[in-house]
Amino acid sequence: MANVHANNTAHDHAHDDHDHHGPATGIKRWIFATNHKDIGTMYLVFSLIMFFIGGFMAMLIRVELFKPGLQLLDPVTFNQLTTNHALIMIFGAVMPAFVGLANWMVPLQVGAPDMALPRMNNFSFWLLPFAFTLMLSSMFVPGGMAAAGWTMYPPLVLQTGDSFPMLIFAIHMMGASSIMGAINIIVTIMNMRAPGMNLLKMPLFAWSWLITAYLLIAVMPVLAGAVTMLLTDHFFKTSFFNAAGGGDPVMFEHIFWFFGHPEVYIMILPAFGIISEILPTFARKPLFGATSMIYAIASIAFLSFIVWGHHMFVDGMPVAAQLFYMMSTMLIAVPTGVKVFNWTATLWRGSLSFEPPMLFALAFLFLFSIGGFSGVMLAIVPVDFQYNQTYFVVAHFHYVLVPGAIFAIMGAVYYWIPKWTGHMYNMKLATWHFWLSTIFVNVLFFPQHFLGLAGMPRRIPDYAVQFTDWNMVSSIGGFGFGLSQILFAIVIVQCIRGGKKASAKVWDDARPNGLEWTLSSPPPYHSFTTAPDIK
Amino acid sequence: MRVTSGIDHSTSRPRQRISAGALCLAALGLAAKAGANTSNGYNLPTGVTDLAQDMYGLHMEVFWICVGIAVVVFGAMIYALVKFRHSQGAVADTTMLHSTKVEIIWTIVPVLILVVMAIPAADLILKQEDTRNSELSIRVTGYQWKWEYNYMNAAQGIDFFSTLARDSNFARQLNSGIDPKSVPNYLLEVDKPLVIPSGTKVHLLLTSQDVIHAWWVPDFGAKRAAIPGFINELWFRVDPGKEGVYRGQCAALCGRDHGFMPVVVDVRTPEEFKKWVETQKTAAKQAALPAPAAAPAAPPPTAQALPN
Repeated sequence: MANVHANNTAHDHAHDDHDHHGPATGIKRWIFATNHKDIGTMYLVFSLIMFFIGGFMAMLIRVELFKPGLQLLDPVTFNQLTTNHALIMIFGAVMPAFVGLANWMVPLQVGAPDMALPRMNNFSFWLLPFAFTLMLSSMFVPGGMAAAGWTMYPPLVLQTGDSFPMLIFAIHMMGASSIMGAINIIVTIMNMRAPGMNLLKMPLFAWSWLITAYLLIAVMPVLAGAVTMLLTDHFFKTSFFNAAGGGDPVMFEHIFWFFGHPEVYIMILPAFGIISEILPTFARKPLFGATSMIYAIASIAFLSFIVWGHHMFVDGMPVAAQLFYMMSTMLIAVPTGVKVFNWTATLWRGSLSFEPPMLFALAFLFLFSIGGFSGVMLAIVPVDFQYNQTYFVVAHFHYVLVPGAIFAIMGAVYYWIPKWTGHMYNMKLATWHFWLSTIFVNVLFFPQHFLGLAGMPRRIPDYAVQFTDWNMVSSIGGFGFGLSQILFAIVIVQCIRGGKKASAKVWDDARPNGLEWTLSSPPPYHSFTTAPDIK
Repeated sequence: MRVTSGIDHSTSRPRQRISAGALCLAALGLAAKAGANTSNGYNLPTGVTDLAQDMYGLHMEVFWICVGIAVVVFGAMIYALVKFRHSQGAVADTTMLHSTKVEIIWTIVPVLILVVMAIPAADLILKQEDTRNSELSIRVTGYQWKWEYNYMNAAQGIDFFSTLARDSNFARQLNSGIDPKSVPNYLLEVDKPLVIPSGTKVHLLLTSQDVIHAWWVPDFGAKRAAIPGFINELWFRVDPGKEGVYRGQCAALCGRDHGFMPVVVDVRTPEEFKKWVETQKTAAKQAALPAPAAAPAAPPPTAQALPN
């Protein structure tokens, strides 16, 4: 960590040398961090660790599913793994990574000296290690971890053992962290942009986070409500979801998915922002239709609130609701398609080079689109009756989340890490990481489309023998993909420790745009203490 | 799920049924040759009901539209990646910033494509939800971890549980040492399947006694959640000539043995079904009688010792 801090450069000589001793030393720097760069770093490191933990759980799942029959895990353990793999990846890897990127980049991109509420920023981060320690340590209590799926449907989730309150409390902490982080981002963007940076001039990554932050504030409290109702049903004899007491299990699904659907857009909108930063740089051409792109993100965010029923098509939904949710869900394909077309138009008549960030952004463009196509198919209600709760759904969401969100995060790291550390990284190793990841992610998830169509349900530890071959292929892809991520960790650690000096512009041969590239690499510990000039 | 013959693993059958069984086999042989009822391992089953066949058709329609769009869009991307390379000396056209005309076109065209998809989809939704004029209703109850079938209408009074078959159950235990491939219909066999007539509008009423389950037979295109406190409905009519055994699974995570509570449906001709109903009712009456002096005590109603 010692290299990731300020070299006070000529830009900031007016302020820092005399009244500051630079960042604090030792563990205090991190526990009491209020600097957006340090907090961003902590979020990213935390997210990488959680990615490996969640990934390890996925590897165990794929080992069990390698062949029919149960070889390694009993069914309860398997259900615990699928449940916690999802919870860790969603709340521990993807969301904190995006928040870490926001912390690092939003103040730099809008020309602000830091986030609006630095101490709240610290609290937002430190809630997470505590929340996940609580959640993970629940494996040691009687009954073990929750095994009802990350969707926690009652009545099943109410059969969870002693770990139940630990899970609920952990979710509350994660939710609070997200809400406070979102508040910080909105206030920073609305109040602390440098003069001259009007909203329409703001980079797409900052825009994507502005909108995502509103989604977070709107829906995290809804999740909190839902899990609190589970808690009172379990401990205090309420009957929100207990039919015998006059309650309604389907109501939980409504409340959960009212959170859940915007949640998946929370996990993809910042990715859209990242792709909109990377492609223009390495195409050496401005983003095509930037204003359109902003409207598209806003439309997607709005529509995300009115489609939650598409997770519930098989629950006995009235015809009118089936028609409504089908059409609203299909409609989301329109602004999403607009974005894919605009990205393609950005490449068109550009001058393309293929550095690691660009490779990940291009893979995103292709593979996220495949996830989008399976999404359109899933929206078609009558056929969803065949796809629902099968591996077809698993394939869909893993395509949009892994070569979607995760590749965007990796692309962002490969794009901005020379700025953060001041060092270029091992491009060759990063390129190997890219190709191995891309090939194996397809070997892992593409066959799952076939499995779902052929009739394999999800969340099962063992399967009928006709599903053997594709499961074996998928598991091999899983092992390959998981192992390839070790390269990612190696590249990052090596880069932090040292490497060829990065210029301020970093990608000298390309066309990076934005205020972050006007600062040194690494930027001063306190940057933009005087507002930059915006032309 | 695979179409198999009407081979019954659990109990013996009276001799007179063999000819009926042979008829079934012959019909199945024809059916199996006629159309792919089984999924080919890559795709949805074409199915043995109107609904399943309509779903398959709509699925393929949407799939090919997506393929068409993908060819165009990915084609443009690949073309750009090849043609506009910096290493080949391409110069970026930095004046290419936006085009309102193009934005309008690539907003409206997708909307039109979606409308084309939505119309047959809406039709099929209406068809799927129309449970009127059903001929046979059956209440299906999900339990952790088995199904209960309770017949109504002409088959009123028939009620039994349907649990994972013993050989599958032994093989699936952790480190059982039994090769799943040696077990017929591994994880897709039960002790007592649901029996229904072909060519009849069957109406299922689904509920649960504990947690949310879901009843699903892919070849019928029939899936619906079984929710405690609710009664969900679905209907299907198996095409005449498509008699046989069809298999599905529970499709909602319901705890430990979610993967081990299959759905097996034995579709028979209406005549066969009538005979089966009579046998069931007779057996139920015998089971309900007080124990005769000579014979051992009447088996408890839940025992599966009675002939089908």
